[in-house]
Amino acid sequence: MTKQEYTITVYTENQIGLLNRIAIIFSRRKINVESLNTSPSEVDSVHRFTIVINETEDVVRKLCRQIEKQVEVLKAYYNTNEEIVWQELALYKVPTDIIAEEVKVERLLRQYGAKAVVIRKDYTVFEVAGHREETDTLIKVLEPYGLIEFVRSARVAIIKNSDGFHKKLKSFEYKEPGEEVVENEYLSENEKVFSM
Amino acid sequence: MDTLELTKKEKTATATENISGSVAVLRALIAENVETIFGYPGGAIMPIYDALYDYHDKLKHILVRHEQGAIHAAQGFARVSGRTGVVFATSGPGATNLVTGLADAMIDSTPVVCITGQVFAHLLGTDAFQETDVINITTPVTKWNYQVTDANEIPHVLAKAFYIAGSGRPGPVVIDITKNAQLQLFEFKGYEKCEHIRSYRPKPIVRKEYIEKAAQLINEAERPFVIFGQGVILGKAEKEFQKFIEKSGIPAAWTIMGMSAIPTDHPLGVGMLGMHGNYGPNVLTNECDVLIAVGMRFDDRVTGRLDKYAKQAKVIHLDIDPAEIDKNVKTTVSVWGDCKETLPLLTELVEQKVYPQWLQKFKDCMEKEEVKCIKPELTPNNEVLTMGEVIDILNRLTKGEAVIVTDVGQHQMVACRYAKYNNSKSNITSGGLGTMGYALPAAIGAYYGAPDRPIIAIIGDGGMQMTIQELGTIMQFKPNVNIIILNNNFLGMVRQWQELFHQHRYSFVDIQSPDFVQVAKGYGIEGRSVCKRDELKNALSEMLNSKDSYLVEVMVGKENNVFPMVPQGRGVAEIVLGKDEV
Ligand SMILES: Cc1ncc(C[n+]2csc(CCOP(=O)(O)OP(=O)(O)O)c2C)c(N)n1
Repeated sequence: MTKQEYTITVYTENQIGLLNRIAIIFSRRKINVESLNTSPSEVDSVHRFTIVINETEDVVRKLCRQIEKQVEVLKAYYNTNEEIVWQELALYKVPTDIIAEEVKVERLLRQYGAKAVVIRKDYTVFEVAGHREETDTLIKVLEPYGLIEFVRSARVAIIKNSDGFHKKLKSFEYKEPGEEVVENEYLSENEKVFSM
Repeated sequence: MDTLELTKKEKTATATENISGSVAVLRALIAENVETIFGYPGGAIMPIYDALYDYHDKLKHILVRHEQGAIHAAQGFARVSGRTGVVFATSGPGATNLVTGLADAMIDSTPVVCITGQVFAHLLGTDAFQETDVINITTPVTKWNYQVTDANEIPHVLAKAFYIAGSGRPGPVVIDITKNAQLQLFEFKGYEKCEHIRSYRPKPIVRKEYIEKAAQLINEAERPFVIFGQGVILGKAEKEFQKFIEKSGIPAAWTIMGMSAIPTDHPLGVGMLGMHGNYGPNVLTNECDVLIAVGMRFDDRVTGRLDKYAKQAKVIHLDIDPAEIDKNVKTTVSVWGDCKETLPLLTELVEQKVYPQWLQKFKDCMEKEEVKCIKPELTPNNEVLTMGEVIDILNRLTKGEAVIVTDVGQHQMVACRYAKYNNSKSNITSGGLGTMGYALPAAIGAYYGAPDRPIIAIIGDGGMQMTIQELGTIMQFKPNVNIIILNNNFLGMVRQWQELFHQHRYSFVDIQSPDFVQVAKGYGIEGRSVCKRDELKNALSEMLNSKDSYLVEVMVGKENNVFPMVPQGRGVAEIVLGKDEV
């Protein structure tokens, strides 16, 4: 099995310490986390982690099971890049005079869909939302013109074929889940998207 | 009084009461039917100990001599009784002393609730006296942990703690309570047991189609083989398991943790798996056509080299923890669920069968092992005492009724290989972590978990010195614990490896011991040392007949080895029966 980028989406309770509990699942196995984002989810009071790693599917599946095993984790899904819509946000700080003088730079920024967030006499901050390759290329492009600062956010991702968590959550509320919620479903989807 | 009644009573009697967080902790324990606490006081847990002063008629507190002793005792208590063990410890060093036991309880799925004191909430993160980040230190070795800074949380959090520790795949829980929360008065609205946490599903709904698939594989099998672990005991499914193997007629071998779930002399019981397990179960793992794993996790000490493990077999795995399924061994059919529920369903669908030829293979293997390993161990032809003959005499004296608690090393393997058991929950040992120092405190805890059963701790001369201070606990609280030290004057298991795999280079394994009998005497515990065969039975009888704890030291052969053995890095079928084969 070959390694590729997987995005893990974890729905959790909002609990101090859970971030650590999840993070050490990766560090214990010496697995590098490419990006990690925590945010609210579509459901009030439910937290959503988005974690990107580069691993084989077998490893990712096992990691998801370890994550779901944590008491405060509701659910963990993993997806390939084809199965999600995703974005990262990048900020670039460049000297204002260069942009003003070099027409080329302005054109380039436009080409990459950069938006000016702050314009000051001494510097300008641009923002680009996109995939890693896009934001990466713009670094290369801007470097010769004196890129002062660069930062990129973690990935956030939407799962294309997900119905969201509202309905799923209902099944967690009851002690005995109803017939429509077959928790054991993942066993029959051993090779597919992880969902317990 | 049953729990429900008690809970109700607690509720009505205290509906509008203002109590301290500390009292709330103790009320929670009482509501959870806790009778015994193993602990050690200190600054940050003083309010709880102060409250305990008024509760000593309802809660027994065993003052250990080191917090590691407290948690191992709680583990021994839990393992022998099937109930959750409870520990009190103070902040900082008190809490960090628990870490080894937490790791042990985590890997061996033992239900324990540890309550640790913590500095005042306003001092958190200031490097206050005896402040350590207990939550983060214990996160990797707990099933759940939580820090309480407000007394109002205590009833609810403790209810969760007991629910989580004891349900699903059990494990240790740490509740860290800041001193202000222990002192705080709050309106106690009663204690309600926790029965549901929405993000936590201790066991799934059983899917029948997997049971059907499993049954079909079993019914078509010619050489099926059952291997089982502690899951059978933790699931309290011993009867269900026995029915399953008896109807299906399938030979069954236990892991070290599954041992005693069925009587050791059960006609279908073919012995122990693993590195020092029996020859047949290891070799025939690689000859069966369907391997049925029940409540076990394919630890590397059981599987040996994975790429040489049961490659020919279709694998059925019954487990309550989905993270174990397909973790080490890829299954053909996985039955996720509580084996108390899944086994009867499976039993219903399997055909009544016998496999005389297949079973004969196990017997043939046993004969081979008998000649090369068992006979020389149990009936040696020279005057050097062996560990095996000690166990053999114990078997005859206790008739399989004792609880045997072992430490870690050669004596552990020998005890587990040769001890006979009639009852479940009788073999208490540190399986997953291999924690030296486990046995003495665990045996103390086991006594409180099963005060009417003979408790025998079997310990090496090395391990005894790791928690020897718990003799003080025995002196003070007088649990009846039989202590056997199998003294080979070496860190035996490490010496064995150095002999076999490091060209006999004995590097720091010649450990010196104190006069154990004298040490015991210092603690007011009777004992004697035995170095002759004809004294052995007498000494062990004396020990077992003594109403108080008693220590027997047996001087055994210095350089005896434990065989069979699956050398590290080899497949189970490459198990060796003696030094000449290594
Ligand atoms: C806390 C701890 N430290 C080290 C080890 C490594 N170890 C495993 S067995 C063993 C030797 C045990 O010697 P002893 O207690 O005398 O028992 P024997 O093997 O001689 O029966 C050691 C050092 C361990 N398992 N646990």
